[in-house]
Amino acid sequence: MRRLGISLAALLLAFGLNGQARAEHLVVALSTHQVQINSSFVGTDLVLFGAIERDEKTVARSGGYDIVVRVTGPPQTEVTRRKSRVLGIWVNAESRVFLEAPGYLAVLSNRPLNEIAGPEVLRRYRIGLENVTLPQVIAGDIGDVPVNDPFRMAFLRLNRELRLYREAPNAVTFFAPHLLRAAIRIPANVPVGTYIVDVILFSEGVMLGTSNSAIEIQKVGFEQFVASSAHEHGLLYGLATAGLALLTGWIASVVFRRD
Amino acid sequence: MEIYLPIADIPVNLFLLFLMGIAVGFISGMFGIGGGFLMTPLLIFIGISPAVAVASVASHISASSFSGVIAYWRRSAIDLALALMLLCGGIIGTAAGVWLFSFLRSIGQLDITIGLSYVTLLSIVGGMMIAESMRAILRARQGKPAELRRPGSHTWIHGLPFKQSKIYVSAIPVVVIGFLIGFIGAVMGIGGGFLLVPALIYLMRVPTGVVVGTSMFLTLVTMTGATVMHAATNHLVDAVLALTLMVGGVIGAQFGARAGQRIRGEQLRLLLGILVLMVGLRFAYDLILQPDELYSVRHLENGM
Repeated sequence: MRRLGISLAALLLAFGLNGQARAEHLVVALSTHQVQINSSFVGTDLVLFGAIERDEKTVARSGGYDIVVRVTGPPQTEVTRRKSRVLGIWVNAESRVFLEAPGYLAVLSNRPLNEIAGPEVLRRYRIGLENVTLPQVIAGDIGDVPVNDPFRMAFLRLNRELRLYREAPNAVTFFAPHLLRAAIRIPANVPVGTYIVDVILFSEGVMLGTSNSAIEIQKVGFEQFVASSAHEHGLLYGLATAGLALLTGWIASVVFRRD
Repeated sequence: MEIYLPIADIPVNLFLLFLMGIAVGFISGMFGIGGGFLMTPLLIFIGISPAVAVASVASHISASSFSGVIAYWRRSAIDLALALMLLCGGIIGTAAGVWLFSFLRSIGQLDITIGLSYVTLLSIVGGMMIAESMRAILRARQGKPAELRRPGSHTWIHGLPFKQSKIYVSAIPVVVIGFLIGFIGAVMGIGGGFLLVPALIYLMRVPTGVVVGTSMFLTLVTMTGATVMHAATNHLVDAVLALTLMVGGVIGAQFGARAGQRIRGEQLRLLLGILVLMVGLRFAYDLILQPDELYSVRHLENGM
């Protein structure tokens, strides 16, 4: 996975060269590559550090650098439903299925995205919530829909309210001209799985390079045990829970016995 | 203290859950009901998905009804023959309910069905209870004697259930009632005690003394069955959530039972009726008023 990430980054870097001699590259380090969900998990903050390295032949850029950090959670199938009034009550009527939608998406940058690059560039690299691909199942076919599609807009809005989707134009800070720091907020309700972290370097609206790494979010210990037994040994888990219930009831009747 | 629920996948405050367990347990002990019809909406209200709430509450009810059953068993206030007859229908009803639950969930109409069932059932039952208890209270005020029970019905206590008058000898209505309670319970995440108790009193003319114990026995078996079935088919029972609720619930139930003994029967029924009706109206409010957010997102499980 890492090797793939590096080669992908190299590929994108080569793509970014665009004929001109671009000699910047990104060195990125994450405070952790593994987030563990245990029973006291209430979300966590990850810190990403990055350095922009420039070889000696390259001249300093007058416009300075811009950084976009994009964290993409594991793909999930989600259904978005719209309520309509039927016989006086509100019921789920129309629905759309989103395939492979990111279970988490954070787009962090050092200033508003529209100041970093033009809309064409942002769309090409799928940067920002407006430009993320969200393929839907429409009449048996799969395709992305226009940005102003009501279901797509609702999907993004609801995920933003759940704090699973986030666009933060101030989450990346340069603490030295070539050194940057990004705060990645992982809320408690995130899905488990592999998260891809893309760091994209811009200068004067041009994409110069990317760096790609991954974070693993998983349940551990007791949480892992409960969740996996519930899914893999449903019947046994049910019997155990029922047994626990009877035991609790029995203990209560013994403790509170009054005769 | 926040605790992360492994199946519901959200962190909740442990003390809040525990307090909810105690509060609902208090009410359930006071009225001799499972309290599922209060617990399920409360869990949904604090952000737990309706499906997980319904499935997990089943085990909570099974815990509180088991401690109740033991207490009533000691006082021999359970009509076992009647309970077993109800159970025949109850088990089949529960299995059918769990099946319908899975089906509705797959087509995305589970939440609305839970909502609609709550409105219909709670409004009717709540209304009927209020009306009946008001009449009883008024009768008592006017100094008239309480309505006499039909002759012969007291022999239920002596465990000779099917030798009585023709009106209620048949096992069919008993099995049907059991089936309906099991079915409704599995779909709505309620034990059905608040339905079964009036059904036994008014339809079957079972004396109040054995009704609560018998109803609790049925609740115990159907809800324990529902826990196992929900866990085996839908994988939605959150053991951590359930355990927290049941510990709070059994404690609350003890104090509730003591409080309940100090209140007169018809006043108790009036209070329960008001409570049931209020929960029903709360659901109606959500269904009838245009919601602020028309859209909802749900994660689809497909082995990913």
